[in-house]
Amino acid sequence: MTELEQHALNIRKNILTMVYTAQSGHPGGSLSAADILTSLYFEEMDINKDNVASQDRDRFVLSKGHITPGYYATLCEKGFIPKEELKTFRQLHSPLQGHPNMNYIEAVDMSTGSLGQGISAAVGMALANRLDKNDHRIYFLLGDGESEEGEVWEACMAAGHYKLDNLCGILDYNHLQIDGNIADVVGPEPFPEKFEAFGWHVVEVDGHDFESLAKGFEEARNTKGQPTMIIAHTIKGKGVSFMENNYKWHGSAPNQEQYEAAMKELGGE
Amino acid sequence: MAMATRAAYGKALAKLVQENQDVVVLDADLAGSTKTGDAKAVCPQRHFDMGIAEGNMMGVAAGLAASGKIAYASSFAMFAAGRAFEQIRNSICYPNLNVKVCATHAGITVGEDGASHQSVEDLALMRSIPNMKVFQPCDAEETKQIIEGIAKIDGPCYVRLGRASVEDVYDESYLWQPGKGSVLKEGSKVAIVATGMMVQESLKAAKEMEGIEPTVVNISSIKPIDEELIKKLAKEHEVIVTAEEHSVIGGLGSAVAEVLAKEGSGCRLKMIGLNDEFGQSGKPKDLLAYYGLDASSIAKKIQEIDL
Repeated sequence: MTELEQHALNIRKNILTMVYTAQSGHPGGSLSAADILTSLYFEEMDINKDNVASQDRDRFVLSKGHITPGYYATLCEKGFIPKEELKTFRQLHSPLQGHPNMNYIEAVDMSTGSLGQGISAAVGMALANRLDKNDHRIYFLLGDGESEEGEVWEACMAAGHYKLDNLCGILDYNHLQIDGNIADVVGPEPFPEKFEAFGWHVVEVDGHDFESLAKGFEEARNTKGQPTMIIAHTIKGKGVSFMENNYKWHGSAPNQEQYEAAMKELGGE
Repeated sequence: MAMATRAAYGKALAKLVQENQDVVVLDADLAGSTKTGDAKAVCPQRHFDMGIAEGNMMGVAAGLAASGKIAYASSFAMFAAGRAFEQIRNSICYPNLNVKVCATHAGITVGEDGASHQSVEDLALMRSIPNMKVFQPCDAEETKQIIEGIAKIDGPCYVRLGRASVEDVYDESYLWQPGKGSVLKEGSKVAIVATGMMVQESLKAAKEMEGIEPTVVNISSIKPIDEELIKKLAKEHEVIVTAEEHSVIGGLGSAVAEVLAKEGSGCRLKMIGLNDEFGQSGKPKDLLAYYGLDASSIAKKIQEIDL
């Protein structure tokens, strides 16, 4: 197993444990994004314990703010959140709120949760970096269902207009939202043509293949004069067979039997 | 001298953006009307037109603020506080970011554009959000001081500005302080507590009244509100009359009522404002008269009070 695979596996186990412990949270999208987050935090982004307190680093906005289990598990794996704290997820007084709060966790760069809003904040951060001649990059993770929010396209229009090549989005294209398949709910597809029409460079990658993800990020870094959207083809619930491609696991917690079965599949205790 | 508070805002912002490198300005295709165009003229690199997309504008402002900027974001009050309410609530106020929402064309004196553009609910909306501070200047000098002053407040602020030209109330000797009201005229029995352009109308009304010498107070800091001053007014007067170019639900009248109710004050309260109704097209002067907000209407309403 490679180092990245090991990180992703640890993250997946912590996702399940957090949602099981809280009996609340969003496992499906957390699992679909686990490899994207691993690739970002352990390969692509310039962020570590020494620079986390400064603006002199890459920043990330979780626009699909509900996948905090995946986000917090990644920040924990990176050493930004103590492992003990994961148990407090979604509980009273916990810094690990249901949706991320930037004032409670140093490594969280923007408070999000209301869909469509994180991408706008990422656009603002990219504008700020350009003003400050700060070469660090701004990343954000967008949900495919989230793209149904009009604000996403307002933000895309602005990012395209201002030619924000320091901005890189990743679309977690897992095809499912709370009410079912995105194509059945309201049909936000096709994605590549839409982002291109708004002035973005588009790269399509396998969101569960680290090499493919790394190539996508490299292409984004090398793209000048326009922002890049990496369309990451993913599987909702990836890694746990009975959760895969089942929209019912968007926002529900496993019971004890399901939790144990899921952990066993991942090779955990 | 007479000047609209939006015009005073444009001048103050143009000065501020040159003096303070952290200040950035955002607009939603209304820079000529909100007067952020003045800042754009002197500092185009820190003025961002976001197009007709107010929700995104507030989110972008939040991102700029999360990067250490002081973001002044402007549109008409209807579209800033109204359309972008949830972005202001979730992306700006919840993380307590340094965004100053400076909303122009508030109230019915927008005039001919009519009810779709006449925000009479924005104070209620903005006042209800945690971390948000709410200010409404009455004239050019106070606008200048508020625009400069909020740059020094760490966190979100809402500033309510008007389209119509208003007479000066203050000169340079005035000192605006957040959380403080300003007594403009000492009187007895009746205290008129006004905000925005209702301050000028109330001062005029005070002159028109016969047999009553009301106290006139400007409350430009609607949140936090000067509770001590309101309690003092309640003790020293029989009736407090609030005057605002806003719905009587949720605005200055409500804020004053909350203070009086908490205090258990026996002082009576009369609220002058829009009575749970929309405005309509018309000349600002005619609208103020029709909705009972001009000096003559205020004077008449106060003289009808059984003292």
